[in-house]
Amino acid sequence: MNKTVFVGVLALAGMSASVAAAGLLDEVKTRGKLNCGVATGVPGFAAPDANGEWQGFDVAVCRAVAAAVLDDPTAVEFVPTTGKTRFTALASGEIDMLARNTTWTFSRDVDLKFDFVGVNYYDGQGFLVRKDLGVSSAKELDGATVCIQTGTTTELNLADFFRINNMEYEPVPIETNAEGQQQYLAGACDSYTTDASGLAATRATFEDAAEHVILPEIISKEPLGPLVRHGDNEWADVVRWTLNALIAAEELGVTSANVTELASAAGNNPEINRMLGTEGTLGEMLGLPADWAVKALSVNGNYGEIFEKNIGETTPIGLARGLNAQWTSGGLLYAPPFR
Amino acid sequence: MTSLTDPPKESFRLGMLIYDTRYRSLTIQIVALIGFMIFAAWLINNTLYNLAEQGKTIGFGFLSDTAGYDINQRLLDYNSQSSHWRAAFVGLLNTLLVAFLGCITATIIGVFVGILRLSNNWLIARLMTVYVEMFRNVPVLLWIVFTMAIMIETLPAPRAFKGDDPQASMVLFDSVAFTNRGVYIPEPLFSRGLGDMPILPDAANPDCQLNEAGEVGDSCGIFQINIDLLFLVLVLGASLFVSGRIRKRADRIQNETGDRPNTMYLRLGVVILPFVAALIALGFHLGYPELKGFNFKGGTYLRNSLIALWLALSLYTAAFIAEIVRAGILAISKGQTEAASALGLRPNRIMSLVILPQALRVIIPPLISNYLNLTKNSSLAIAVGYMDITGTLGGITMNQTGKELECVLMLMLVYLVISLSISAVMNWYNERVKLVER
Repeated sequence: MNKTVFVGVLALAGMSASVAAAGLLDEVKTRGKLNCGVATGVPGFAAPDANGEWQGFDVAVCRAVAAAVLDDPTAVEFVPTTGKTRFTALASGEIDMLARNTTWTFSRDVDLKFDFVGVNYYDGQGFLVRKDLGVSSAKELDGATVCIQTGTTTELNLADFFRINNMEYEPVPIETNAEGQQQYLAGACDSYTTDASGLAATRATFEDAAEHVILPEIISKEPLGPLVRHGDNEWADVVRWTLNALIAAEELGVTSANVTELASAAGNNPEINRMLGTEGTLGEMLGLPADWAVKALSVNGNYGEIFEKNIGETTPIGLARGLNAQWTSGGLLYAPPFR
Repeated sequence: MTSLTDPPKESFRLGMLIYDTRYRSLTIQIVALIGFMIFAAWLINNTLYNLAEQGKTIGFGFLSDTAGYDINQRLLDYNSQSSHWRAAFVGLLNTLLVAFLGCITATIIGVFVGILRLSNNWLIARLMTVYVEMFRNVPVLLWIVFTMAIMIETLPAPRAFKGDDPQASMVLFDSVAFTNRGVYIPEPLFSRGLGDMPILPDAANPDCQLNEAGEVGDSCGIFQINIDLLFLVLVLGASLFVSGRIRKRADRIQNETGDRPNTMYLRLGVVILPFVAALIALGFHLGYPELKGFNFKGGTYLRNSLIALWLALSLYTAAFIAEIVRAGILAISKGQTEAASALGLRPNRIMSLVILPQALRVIIPPLISNYLNLTKNSSLAIAVGYMDITGTLGGITMNQTGKELECVLMLMLVYLVISLSISAVMNWYNERVKLVER
């Protein structure tokens, strides 16, 4: 009798595991809500506004995916994750996707079993220092105390940078951006290092932003992008092509203002037609309605609009497009064709 | 039982397992054990299945890979090219350091507060009550973060010490600097030092070749022992041993003649003189911290994270220890105090000679569990960026390698071993101070 119980338990264990492996796209549709991992609060990228609504560059990706899949940009459960907790949250299935300025690296893609679906921000690690420190280059930071977010690639880059340049430093590990900001502003560390975009975002919140400067050295490549668990390719495709739709829309001139008009009838540009579902069956191939891209685009507009609204030069964060311009304007953004 | 001559010859039936009281409890226990084992097997099987599903394997090989990150507080030689093993070990030493410092400080504060809370002085007793209730009833994490925030926000940055008319200055004859990055104190240096002794040196390591000064480099051996320190500890140990012999001799003379020879100066001399002589022989002097570049250089650097964690853990645990001490003292009957008082002992001697020795047997067992609590609470270190073993092995290493299961299992094992060791030592001490009943 005990043997049957044992076999039964094994079967049960196997069953519960295989349920978890079933298509995430269907699961999200049934649940009616997308669980999206974001940062605990980086202004411009992911932070709750005065009304408690999550806003930002990374948040916009979550909302676009929710709109494409569930036809409701507000059907998102935002899960704030730290540099340490994010991968566990994604691997364990607590979140469906992670859009938290996460660097695409080999070991994360291959060893940690995640799939990066693309790059939504090309970044690099920089140093923030006070102007009155009189430092004009990161190579003058010998002996400095540097605040660093623990559990990030920046931690390893920093160790490499100081070792290669034969300099000493005192790392102060911190858990969240807010802690780093507090320690840096109080002078407990001379410099704060993270991705240059994050530094710009953090500096924008300072009362005396003009007193701080980001040093010219960018010591690493940090392609940041959304990622999903490895193995569920249908779901990965949905997130990947939603991101691509945002980027391609900017290139093709589809904006939040004209998307409804363009989607009402097939126009002259066949690629716009295919993307917006007035021609072909791209939506069906993804397992989504034909107008999935229209919904994704009507939330916050295309990539360029999202960039300008959250982190662009008119915002307090004031980031230039730089590498993140379309390939047609000398940047690196290059969405594969919708065909 | 051997006297039972006529055992029942009834044959064994299966039903007897349930209906016969002789076997019933055994049956229930075996069924429960099987149930437990099935549950454990299911858990393990489920874990392995799900790990395989995610394409992950279990293995500890990653520990010998290069760690790649730096640790600020290192009691061992460590750099970013060292292995994850070594990073974990550096973290372990940091855990042990803060736990050791914390236990000692908490005991000292706790004993004082516990006794003072029983004071006849109304103000002192109430103040101690306020302290105990305040610390006992607020989560320790808040105290840790609070202490750190106070240090960071109220103390001056090293920059404030700069210039001709600095905003902040060093204290105690320019020897100690309180900054919001920590406290810099003078360090002991030896001009005629004996150097370091590498343990298990590796001859292939270029750092193990003797340099011009006849010394080896920092990375030679698994770790290095400071011979100066070893020498001083040996001298002090020998002095204390001799001092103990003098005390025994005095006890013997007192038992024989009734007069106790005054040995205080002799014993002090025996302890202090050889130690001072050893210090002079080694060329002892102090190295003072100096502001150079971004930070103070030289001296011993007590990081703000260490101080915040140490202070908060000590004050928090001391509040519990104070209550334990108070309970221990109250457990001693008032008759003891009165009897001692009738013999003419003064109040502080009654406390140290009569009450506390008896109270210890009540105090020690709950004290052990508070030491364990303090040690385990030290894993909150990451809140202030103190790199204990939870920060290195359970933090950065786990995050960079993605080996959650292995790292957490190892962490649990480490804390288990530390806790059991503390228990073992304290239980041994408890055996010694226990009331010997005749």
